Amino acid sequence: MLFETRTSPHVHLGNSVALVMRRVLYALAPGLLVLIVVFGPGVLVQLALAAATALACETLMLLLRRRPLAPFLGDASALVTAALLAVALPPLGPWWLIVLGTAFAIVIAKHLYGGLGYNPFNPAMIGYVVLLISFPLEMSTWAAPRGVGGHVAGFGEALGLIFGGHGDHVLLDAVSSATPLDTLRTQLGLGQTVAAVRAGSPVFGWIGGSGWEWANLAFLGGGLWMCQRRVAAWQIPAGMLGALALISTVFWIAEPARFAPPWFHVMSGAAVFGAFFIATDPVSASTTPRGRLIYGAGIGLLTWLIRSLGGFPDGVAFAVLLMNLAAPTIDQYTLPRAFGAGRA
Amino acid sequence: MSASAPSKSEILANGLWRNNTGLVALLGLCPLLATSSSAVNGLGLGLATVLVLLLTNTTIALIRSFVPNEVRIPVFIVVIASAVTAVELAMHAFLPELHKVLGIFIPLIVTNCCVLGRAESFASKNAPALAALDGVATGLGFTLVLTVLGSLREFVGQGTLFASADIMFGEAGRMLTVQVLHDYRGFLLAILPPGAFIGLALLIAGKNWLDARTNARTAATPVEAGCTPEAHARA
Repeated sequence: MLFETRTSPHVHLGNSVALVMRRVLYALAPGLLVLIVVFGPGVLVQLALAAATALACETLMLLLRRRPLAPFLGDASALVTAALLAVALPPLGPWWLIVLGTAFAIVIAKHLYGGLGYNPFNPAMIGYVVLLISFPLEMSTWAAPRGVGGHVAGFGEALGLIFGGHGDHVLLDAVSSATPLDTLRTQLGLGQTVAAVRAGSPVFGWIGGSGWEWANLAFLGGGLWMCQRRVAAWQIPAGMLGALALISTVFWIAEPARFAPPWFHVMSGAAVFGAFFIATDPVSASTTPRGRLIYGAGIGLLTWLIRSLGGFPDGVAFAVLLMNLAAPTIDQYTLPRAFGAGRA
Repeated sequence: MSASAPSKSEILANGLWRNNTGLVALLGLCPLLATSSSAVNGLGLGLATVLVLLLTNTTIALIRSFVPNEVRIPVFIVVIASAVTAVELAMHAFLPELHKVLGIFIPLIVTNCCVLGRAESFASKNAPALAALDGVATGLGFTLVLTVLGSLREFVGQGTLFASADIMFGEAGRMLTVQVLHDYRGFLLAILPPGAFIGLALLIAGKNWLDARTNARTAATPVEAGCTPEAHARA
């Protein structure tokens, strides 16, 4: 008699790409809501533009590559890229900015490398970095958060700024402000101390940036839920935020006037969002448990280095892309020991 | 020297398309990527390389019978370095603006692998006239890629074509400059180094696609005619 034999895994989570992607979108939702409240309905317009562009580009590339449409469009992976870009880009940026970034992410960073599962770099971050180095002015014109001096652009104003161009300088100046990290960077460059900068500008809140910290808390909640659901590997955000907190603590204790405190680093800019939603992309991240810790820690260290010593106010995107490059090597050296095999 | 000298049309086809230095052999990528930020820069460096290849290939073919095999590489390098120095000094004298823009990449033609590659694989085995033709064909193939990539990057990057052509062709060159897109914001990425890599990759992909299509067409023809052994076997 022949018994049926099956290979492992014998019990699995019932995960599918579509389920994972949908859960990422659910986890993003609270953070997106907070962003809409804090920065106005411009975020919603950007999200719609990104989603439409992403779906159009995905369809086009699937047709060109003669791949079936339904399974790849239905898995919502293009929508995740679109949502990540909508969070990362300035809420009142011109329409072509997000369209160009999303198209670049889907066409070049995703499909030219072989499509979902084959991209060595995080597509959303490629799109973001392309825009950041090509259009620094547009990319650094951020909307002012609610409660910080200026006023939040309403739906009509947001549409006007996004589609009508930034010709209306009076309106643009009224609704935009420098980001906390940008302010910190500029003022430190002028010889101010961290404490003086943070006391002197309304963009700083009680932990990170005013308004930003609420969005970050929402992303933290969504991210923890993803870790609990095993959609994201906990080692990556733990490694990244841990390393960022550790190195910023060391330098903050050594020289508090020049270096921002650890809680500020963790709760401002893209640190939390990047740790849970960008770095955990299962395709471009490291895949072994120890490797994920190292990969995350590398991103945290690089983020701090770029923020404190580099030429850009935030460095999460560059840090993620650099560690994407390193991920295959990290995996190579952190392969878990197979049960029963000798120590290497 | 060689048993069967290649035909002239074969040399031209190889240099310009089939074995193109930039798209197939991928030799001399450093100058190709670094100087192709505009059409004029690409054309300038390309033509300088044509001149160098013409000089080195001819010289090496002329001296090929009495260069001892053991020391041929150092001899070739000395010839190449002399030719590049001559071309560089000439450009410094007659095209100072272009010389300033291309800067270090003119003397670096010495290190362009395709120059030594043609010397070693062609000029040292063939008659001077053929070697000269090979040098020009290879150089023009390189120039073609440099100019196309340069135009592509310049067009996407700043919406012009042949901007500042006057540094190469004198005052008359200004007429060559085309402002293709007006009120264009510029796409800095295309002019920065990543644009060079992405642009070259797209050009290589384009060539491979064209070649695959041509091959498919030529391969399909006899089957349709129905006179190949395979077609008979199927029938």
